[in-house]
Amino acid sequence: MNRILSVVVNNRSGVLNRITGLFLRRGFNIQSLTVGTSETEGQSRMTIVLDVDDERTAEQVIKQLHKQIDVLKVSDITDQPIVARELVLIRVNSPLQTRSELTALIEPFRASIIDVSRDTVTIQAVGSPEKVDALIFLLHPYGIKELARTGLTAFVRGTDVAAEAPRPYRNRVLSI
Amino acid sequence: MGVDLKPSAKTCTSVKPLMNGSRMLVEALKREGVEVIFGYPGGAVLTIYDALYDGGIPHILARHEQGCIHAAEGYARVTGKPGVVIATSGPGATNLVTGIADAMLDSLPLVVFTGQVATQVIGSDAFQEASIIGITMPITKHNYQVRDVSELPRIIREAFHIATTGRPGPVLVDIPKDVSNAMGWFEDQEEVHLPGYQPTVIPHRMQIRKVLDAIRTAKKPVLLAGAGVLHARAQDLLREFAERAQLPVVNTLLGLGGFPASHPLFLGMGGMHGSYAANKALYEADLLINIGARFDDRLTGSLEHFAKSATVAHIDIDPAEIGKNVPTDIPVVGDAGEALKMLLEERPEPGDVAEWLAELGEAKRQRPFWYHDSDRELKPQRLIQMIHEFTGGGAIVVTDVGQHQMWAAQFYPLEEPHRWVTSGGLGTMGFGLPAAIGAQLGRPDALVVAVLGDGGFQMTMQELALLKEYNLPVKVIIVNNQALGMVRQWQELFYQGRYAHSIIPNLPDLVKLAEAYQIPGYRAKTPSEASEVLRRALAEPGPVLVDCWVTPGENVYPMVPPGKGLHEMVGVTP
Ligand SMILES: Cc1ncc(C[n+]2csc(CCOP(=O)(O)OP(=O)(O)O)c2C)c(N)n1
Repeated sequence: MNRILSVVVNNRSGVLNRITGLFLRRGFNIQSLTVGTSETEGQSRMTIVLDVDDERTAEQVIKQLHKQIDVLKVSDITDQPIVARELVLIRVNSPLQTRSELTALIEPFRASIIDVSRDTVTIQAVGSPEKVDALIFLLHPYGIKELARTGLTAFVRGTDVAAEAPRPYRNRVLSI
Repeated sequence: MGVDLKPSAKTCTSVKPLMNGSRMLVEALKREGVEVIFGYPGGAVLTIYDALYDGGIPHILARHEQGCIHAAEGYARVTGKPGVVIATSGPGATNLVTGIADAMLDSLPLVVFTGQVATQVIGSDAFQEASIIGITMPITKHNYQVRDVSELPRIIREAFHIATTGRPGPVLVDIPKDVSNAMGWFEDQEEVHLPGYQPTVIPHRMQIRKVLDAIRTAKKPVLLAGAGVLHARAQDLLREFAERAQLPVVNTLLGLGGFPASHPLFLGMGGMHGSYAANKALYEADLLINIGARFDDRLTGSLEHFAKSATVAHIDIDPAEIGKNVPTDIPVVGDAGEALKMLLEERPEPGDVAEWLAELGEAKRQRPFWYHDSDRELKPQRLIQMIHEFTGGGAIVVTDVGQHQMWAAQFYPLEEPHRWVTSGGLGTMGFGLPAAIGAQLGRPDALVVAVLGDGGFQMTMQELALLKEYNLPVKVIIVNNQALGMVRQWQELFYQGRYAHSIIPNLPDLVKLAEAYQIPGYRAKTPSEASEVLRRALAEPGPVLVDCWVTPGENVYPMVPPGKGLHEMVGVTP
């Protein structure tokens, strides 16, 4: 099962190494990890998607993260109303004959073509991991030459929005 | 920090002095109250050594950096104070690695300073460059590389704070050569500001009450006490609690001494070579209260069978230990001493346990540790008993790792805390002799006995030089079975007696070796010789080495075979 952790860390050299080293040493699997600056100077926010067997492992991961001196806050946001996004770049075969077809195909994904060459186009899409998966699935038949996903970045929705969100939506990753 | 307009005494008088990073280090160590440094010089710490040259803090020069770090561990174990180590970059730093890992697993407070190549050349594979930060990240509680001399006082203060609070552990500070050379203003550090490090010391009263509720209804309770009790200096509270709640007590290997061995409620050490009564209690309990132990696999045996019918309460200052190995019903995060205080405040009442206590008492009486004694051969167990007798049970016992360690744990019952120094979690051969040196330095007036195997002794025997040099009256006793005994035992039991590289018959002459290091050496091959020689050795005012030739093929029993449950012990009776 996947758990999404939002982790605030001191932005010090080596901190990423401490986190990944911890995962290596304890044999925890990371599905994806993104890191970048946060709203507070000197602090970074990591979004870690974990692949764990059970609740106990998830709990252990969180406790071990807490033990790191440079870790300021760990929240398991899996079951909270969150906004979660991933960016993908896909370079796909696109001879002129199929180009308009492709453009139509990616339209509903609100993806865009950001680079064009004679035989390929590069598509950029932003969305939930499920949306990105779906796009990749649809593009496969055209021949994917290169693909880069950023991994998930996420945080909890603003409280007022969360309160308004209909109940069924609260318990899963919103994919709008 | 807010602006304080009232001038405090401090701000009025303290003029920040200008000095180089090395002097700052020495100054900061003095302010931390450091009594002794274990170290070894080299290129990247020359300026630091130059600052040490002016004195102020005694420095012990071990003969190998591994000696430094184990000595610091021994010192920390018996004093409760942080052990301080200095080594140079590259090989000096990497030689510390085993001891750092050992201190991490056994929760010993160390502050380790390593030299590093100059900041400008870090990353260029400069002479004697090793990424000790990268290497020690998984084996330290925290580590730092100092990038600017102005950070040094703060980092040192934080390092000591982190090493000694919460669950103690090793902290490493890597100081590039240009930083220890650079001039800066020394700023006294009072407070630490570490928002990411706030150990929970005071437990939750609700949880404490749950523990007491469980005790009231339990019919077969057992209290497992680990080294957390010793770190908290809470042995008296533990005893009072066990007595008031009528709980039988099992110690972990590292918890020994935390509860008086002669106490009627004491069942002995649990685990792989623990007592029958202790393991019976752990296996059959309906309530297991763990205080300050981490459910190491050498204690639990197969987890599949461990404490299966028990409600488990776990009191630990490190929340990550709770539920890590054993599912826990009543988690209590906090310091062992604070938890015991609160448990006592909340008035513990025993359950209906008379029958259980009688049953365990009977098990203890009927199934003590045993061995076949002999008048001709010196049995290692007998040797330990003699040491116990001749030291009146009052020595600080330091061991290495292997069979002799287990025999020492079994046959040297401890009544008092902080007299047992052993490498538990990492099981580091070579630990014993340097750790004994550190223990003696920490407790100059105590009788320190180092009980070592002939194998482990040879891993750090160069440290014998320190005994004479610093006049440390350590009694070094080699339990010489001419084998890597514990390995030999496993090969006998689990590899059909195929003794692959575990028999070492051609040892150096240990008596001559002692003499070469200018300390008296004795040898004993029979019980009567041992009796005479040990008395003489213990009467000696200075250091001495005793080479005891024990029965080579002796095994440690009882034993929980690897992968088995605590109820599957073998060798419980002769
Ligand atoms: C550094 C290190 N290497 C290897 C081992 C594996 N090991 C555990 S006990 C043991 C034998 C120890 O022999 P000795 O020191 O003679 O003690 P004895 O068991 O004979 O009492 C060995 C090799 C270890 N614990 N530590």
